[in-house]
Amino acid sequence: MFKPSWIRRGILAAALGSSVVVATPALAQERELLNSSYDIARELFSAINPDFIAHWEAEHGESVGVQQSHGGSSAQARAIMQGLRADVVTYNQVTDVQVLADAGLVAEEWQSQLPNNASPYYSTTAFLVRAGNPKGIESWDDLAREDVSIVFPNPKTSGNGRYTYLAAWGFAEQAFDGDEEQIHDFMRTFLRNVAVFDTGGRGATTSFIERGLGDVLISFESEVNNIRGEYGSDDYEVIVPPVSILAEFPVAVVEDNAERNGTEDLARGYLDYLYSEAGQRTLAGFNYRVHHEAVVEEFAEQFPATELLRVEEVFGGWEQAMEDHFAGGALLDQLQRR
Amino acid sequence: MSLALPRLTGRRRVLPGFGLSLGISLMFVSLVLLLPMTSLVGQLSGISLAEYWAIISDGRVVASYTVTIGAAALAALVNAAFGLLLAWVLVRYEFPGKRLLDALMDLPFALPTAVAGITLATLYAGSGWMGRLLEPLGLQVAYTWVGIALAMAFTSIPFVVRTVQPVLEDLPQEVDEAALTLGASDATAFRRVILPHLWPALVTGTGLAFVRSLGEFGAIIFIAGNMPYETEITALMIFVKLQEYDYVGASAIASVVLMVSLALLLAINIWQGHFIKRLHGGRG
Repeated sequence: MFKPSWIRRGILAAALGSSVVVATPALAQERELLNSSYDIARELFSAINPDFIAHWEAEHGESVGVQQSHGGSSAQARAIMQGLRADVVTYNQVTDVQVLADAGLVAEEWQSQLPNNASPYYSTTAFLVRAGNPKGIESWDDLAREDVSIVFPNPKTSGNGRYTYLAAWGFAEQAFDGDEEQIHDFMRTFLRNVAVFDTGGRGATTSFIERGLGDVLISFESEVNNIRGEYGSDDYEVIVPPVSILAEFPVAVVEDNAERNGTEDLARGYLDYLYSEAGQRTLAGFNYRVHHEAVVEEFAEQFPATELLRVEEVFGGWEQAMEDHFAGGALLDQLQRR
Repeated sequence: MSLALPRLTGRRRVLPGFGLSLGISLMFVSLVLLLPMTSLVGQLSGISLAEYWAIISDGRVVASYTVTIGAAALAALVNAAFGLLLAWVLVRYEFPGKRLLDALMDLPFALPTAVAGITLATLYAGSGWMGRLLEPLGLQVAYTWVGIALAMAFTSIPFVVRTVQPVLEDLPQEVDEAALTLGASDATAFRRVILPHLWPALVTGTGLAFVRSLGEFGAIIFIAGNMPYETEITALMIFVKLQEYDYVGASAIASVVLMVSLALLLAINIWQGHFIKRLHGGRG
C-alpha cells in the first residue's frame, strides 16, 4: 500500500523541516555551491546537479560539489537575508529574488543579466481532475460553478496559490471585459469553492490525492503532470485551460555570498548550465516549459498551446500585484471578507 | 530539640555559591527567554498604538482568536479529564504494558508536530479510517474546528499527565483508605480528600496545555483546512504576516498570544499560592 515515491518523500520532507539541505557527496577541499531553492524542486535539482558537476569537470577539470536547500521560497529568501550563505537562488517567485535585490544581496539589474527575465524555464497554472473529468471542467469559468469544489494552496502563504489567483483574475478580466463588479463576483464564487486552503503546493496535492478532497487541483502545469505520472495516468487527467498565467522561475547569483565564498565563476556557470541544451532537456523532462529551440521542438506534444498572461502586463508587475491583491487588507482580503 | 542537632548545614547548599548559581540562572533566562521576547517587543516600537490596534483588531484576526481560544479551551478541558484519569491509572494500578503506556505519554513531545498533524488528517479525513466511520454520522472532524481541537489535545496531553502524576505518586493510598474507614463514600473521598491535593497540579497542567495549544502551528495546519473566518488559527495569521515580510504585523499578533498566555500563567500561579495556603490551614 505504501509506495515510497519522490512526491511522498517530498511531502514528508516539506513537513519535517522548513528547509532540508541535501548534500551531493564532495571532498573537503572542493569548492562547493549552495543553491537555495523552492519547496518542490528537490527532485529537479537532484537530477540537474550531478549533470552539472560532470559538465564542470569536463570543461574546467575541476571537481566541485553542489548543495541544495529547499523550503517555501519566501522563507528561503528570509534565511539568506538573515545570513545563510547561499551562492545562487532558484525560486518560483520573482518577488522573493527582488527582496534580496532590494536588500543589496543580489545585483539590482538581475532580471536583465540572464536571458528571458533571468528565468531559464517557465510554466503555467493547470488543472488536475479525476479520471474521465466527471464535472466536465475545461476552463476557469467551470471552477466558479456551484457544483464544483476546488483545491489550491493559500495565496497568502504560497507563490503557487498566488499564480492560481492571478490566473483566475486574468481570465475574468478578459471574460467580463474589465467590468470590476463582475470580476469581483466571479472571484468571490471562485474563492468560496475552495475546499481547503493548504499552506503550500505539496499540502494541496495531499488533500486532493490522499484525502480525496475537491474535484480539481490547481497547481503548476509541471507539478500536475508530475503528480499524474506519479499517482497513475488512469486515475487523473491534466487540463490546461485556454487562458492561463505565465509563471516564471527566476534565478540569480547572490553576489555578496558568492564573492565571500570565492564561487562567482562557479555560480554563474551553474545558472548558465540551466540555459544549456542539456539542462533544458532535463527541465523539460520534469514538465517545465523551456526556451531552447531544439528542446522545445522535441517536447512540443507535451505542452498544449495556451494564451499565457504576463503579470507585468495584466497586473503592472509583481510589486503592484502584491500591493493591490495580496497585502493585508488588499483585494484578496476584501473578497474573502464576511 | 533543634539545639541538639549539629550545625551541619548552616547556609551550605549542594551547588556552590548563591551569587554564581543565581548569576548563571539569570544569564540563561536572559539568553533563552528574555532576549527573544525583547526583540519581539522591539519590533513593535516602530508603530503607533492606533496602528497596533488596527492590526490586532482586524476582523479576520479576531475570528482567528475565537477559533484558537475556543478549540484550545475544549482541548484543555478534555485533556484535564482524560489526563487525570491516565495519571490515576498509571499511578494506582499495576498492569501489563504499564511501562509502555507510561512511555507513550511523552510521545506527543517527541514527535514532530507536523507529522502528528498529517497523521491525524489522514485518519480523520473523509477517506481515512476514522473519518469513514464518523462522517456517515454527520460528524466531520478534519477541516473543522473540532479537528483543530483534536490536534491541540494530541500535542498537549503530556502536560496534564506529567504534572498530575508525581503529585498523585506522593499521595499514599492510605489517605483514601483512611477517608473510607472514617465513613466517607467513594465519591466523597475522591472529591473531598484526593482532588484537593491534585487541584494545583491539575490546574497548572491544564493551563500549560491551554497555553501550548494557543501557539501550536505544525500539527494544526494540516487538519484545519485554513478557511478564512472559520478554521484559521492565530499562529497561521502570524505565519501569513511573515510571508509578507511584515515583521511588525507578525510581532503585533504574536504579542497578543503572548500576553494572554502570560496573564493566564500568572493568574494560575497566584491562585495556586492562595490555594495551597488554604489547604494547609493558612499556615503556608
